[in-house]
Amino acid sequence: MKTLEEIHEIREEKRKELDLRVNTKADTREKHILVCQGTGCTSSKSPEILENFRRILKEKNIENVRVIKTGCFGLCAKGPIVIIRPEDTFYAMVTPEDCEEIIQTHIVEGKRVERLLCKDIDGKIVNSLDELNFYKKQKRIALKNCGVINPEDIDEYIAFNGYKALERVLDVMSPEEVIEVISKSGLRGRGGAGFPTGKKWELTRASKGKQKYVVCNADEGDPGAFMDRSILEGDPHSVLEAMIIAGYSIGANKGYIYVRAEYPIAVKRLDIAIKQARDYGILGKNIFGSGFDFDIEIRLGAGAFVCGEETALLESIEGKRGQPRVKPPYPAESGLWGKPTLINNVETYANIAQIILKGADWFSSIGTEKSKGTKVFALGGNVNNIGLVEVPMGTTLREIVYDIGGGIPNGRDFKAAQTGGPSGGCIPKEHLDTPIDYESLKEIGSMMGSGGLIVMDDTKCMVSLAKFYLEFTVSESCGKCTPCRIGTKRMLEILENLCNGKGEEIDIYRLETLAKNIQKSSICGLGQSAPNPVLSTLNYFREEFKEHAIDKVCRTAECKALATIGIDEEKCKGCGLCQKHCPVNAIKGEGREKRVIDQSICIKCGTCIATCPFHAIN
Amino acid sequence: MEKENKQCDCKNKKDEFLEKLFEEYLPEKDNLIQMLNEVQEHYGYVPMHVQKELSEYLKIPMAEIYGVVTFYSRFSLEPQGKYKISVCLGTACFVKGSQKIMDRLTDRLKIGPGETTKDGLFTIEQTRCVGACGLAPVFTINGEVYGRASVQKLDQVLDELINKEKQNA
Repeated sequence: MKTLEEIHEIREEKRKELDLRVNTKADTREKHILVCQGTGCTSSKSPEILENFRRILKEKNIENVRVIKTGCFGLCAKGPIVIIRPEDTFYAMVTPEDCEEIIQTHIVEGKRVERLLCKDIDGKIVNSLDELNFYKKQKRIALKNCGVINPEDIDEYIAFNGYKALERVLDVMSPEEVIEVISKSGLRGRGGAGFPTGKKWELTRASKGKQKYVVCNADEGDPGAFMDRSILEGDPHSVLEAMIIAGYSIGANKGYIYVRAEYPIAVKRLDIAIKQARDYGILGKNIFGSGFDFDIEIRLGAGAFVCGEETALLESIEGKRGQPRVKPPYPAESGLWGKPTLINNVETYANIAQIILKGADWFSSIGTEKSKGTKVFALGGNVNNIGLVEVPMGTTLREIVYDIGGGIPNGRDFKAAQTGGPSGGCIPKEHLDTPIDYESLKEIGSMMGSGGLIVMDDTKCMVSLAKFYLEFTVSESCGKCTPCRIGTKRMLEILENLCNGKGEEIDIYRLETLAKNIQKSSICGLGQSAPNPVLSTLNYFREEFKEHAIDKVCRTAECKALATIGIDEEKCKGCGLCQKHCPVNAIKGEGREKRVIDQSICIKCGTCIATCPFHAIN
Repeated sequence: MEKENKQCDCKNKKDEFLEKLFEEYLPEKDNLIQMLNEVQEHYGYVPMHVQKELSEYLKIPMAEIYGVVTFYSRFSLEPQGKYKISVCLGTACFVKGSQKIMDRLTDRLKIGPGETTKDGLFTIEQTRCVGACGLAPVFTINGEVYGRASVQKLDQVLDELINKEKQNA
């Protein structure tokens, strides 16, 4: 247990000690080597890098240098990332073998290891984080502490104003005042649907009942999205703090975090964070002497996408099959075990403490008229800078893909971006300048979703993309309601026919009718939004569907049954790169001769299309 | 990387693991999924007799427990192979060609996703996003992530495992 005075002391002392993390001119002789321990970097040996640094420092008896484990820096494509502060030197794609050199050259000799410095897309060497184009247009609120603090040390969170919002709320604010601030800030649910957060809190507070619950939805199932995971891995206390504040506001004493079991690192860090918070008396009875009690438990998911739907999630916490309930009643009236329940997404919670500390006006000054604040996106697919980005609402897709993402690799063209995962839709080239906010995305047939943003280049077939999403929905449909269980299966069959050259023109009409019926008649969000990827690709790429159905042609050769791959004689320079990569040696020609594909051998794998530097093959 | 396959052969007597599990969790219905997660972790699958024990302990009908086990993709009713190879078919990996890796894998091992080879060595699984999208496409073997993967890389890793098993046999 810590008293408020003790926490204030920790904050003051620790903040001084950690000044070098955020201030390149910090007055200190210490250095901190920050090593990313998010899932991405961990998968490429960053724990080993951390160990190596510690071992070498010990062997060499070097003092004043600390090795710190941090959450995700965001630029996952350049991982594993090591940053040395206060000078803010950014080393990219570090291997465990590089540690020796970094210590010797950088720490001992005071010079930089040139070959490991991060290069920007234009080839320019980057000295520090802020110089990278990737970070220039970003604004970090939810990710504020990610990559700055050690997520397994509560003191570091406290140092950067952690639990200060909670203290203020418990000390001088009434629950109504808290809700008013959240409402006024304009914060909306970051899980995808965009329901006003303050309104949700208000409704749950107004519901009658002694026992209420606060739930955090960390069942991030949207494939290609990893925002929530990164927040939990990099800054778990921000979610705990917000849940306690939420509990105080709606009158609940118990919280649950429902997190995917596929996120072992996030679960472990949450576990540590909860234990530390309990030790400090920040969770438990009589928090900060206010008389308010609150505790949090973790519940693991078991691999079902539908459990991201709020009522299915509640069923799963209760230990049952995760099948959605019919709404209304909404969880605000009747949720967990029939009690009023507040459910918010991880990223939504990550904004709360900041809003309390800096005020509703500050938050609502960021973003667009109806969508306030920032949004975190997991940028992936055919884009140079794969990683985690947080931008103000209203940033255009072009800015995200080209300025932050560094454009499309291999000189390819942008074809579409997909937001909202299996519930969302495609954004084609002509809408690149659409500002990204809840309303604009809905208008062009997509949705915000939880924040997956997958960029696709012109080698991607949109019919097979639609098929991919339907495969996902069919395997994840819980089976409770007929339109979703059977309807999506029928849609998938039609799409499979189209991709296999067995389609007919009328299939496009069939797809559309079926899609609209499923949208109208499914019970939950999963079913209602399952046809979205199909409808939006149909809307923007109808020509491609027609080619599949009528001409039996796939222009990208991704649908193997429809493809014949040919080399454009005029564009071919005879470099032979395609020949080298062809797995079945179907490409003939020698020296600088123009290459020809032997159709009897070709297995239509498409490798040559991707490797040709002159785009001569299609 | 190798995972010990703990086949449970105790038909009548309660094993130590279950006793400990029952000590840890109160007989409350909402503990079912948490307990199943631990069972899956321990045995590599959820054996029928464990479902019976859970049914008695939690006072939940067997049918309901079976319903839960079959609903969630983490739980399996059959023992898993020594090497569990999961290919990520999340969107980021899919866009970068993970389907080709999956096709190659099913082709080589002659089994489909969710199945185990007859010799009990390999299980193929498809997963949706392990969260390492920066390294896409990825596959994992018993939890270890192989990033920036390709068909060639898969072949190489698979050959190594098969050779190693041959030498051990």
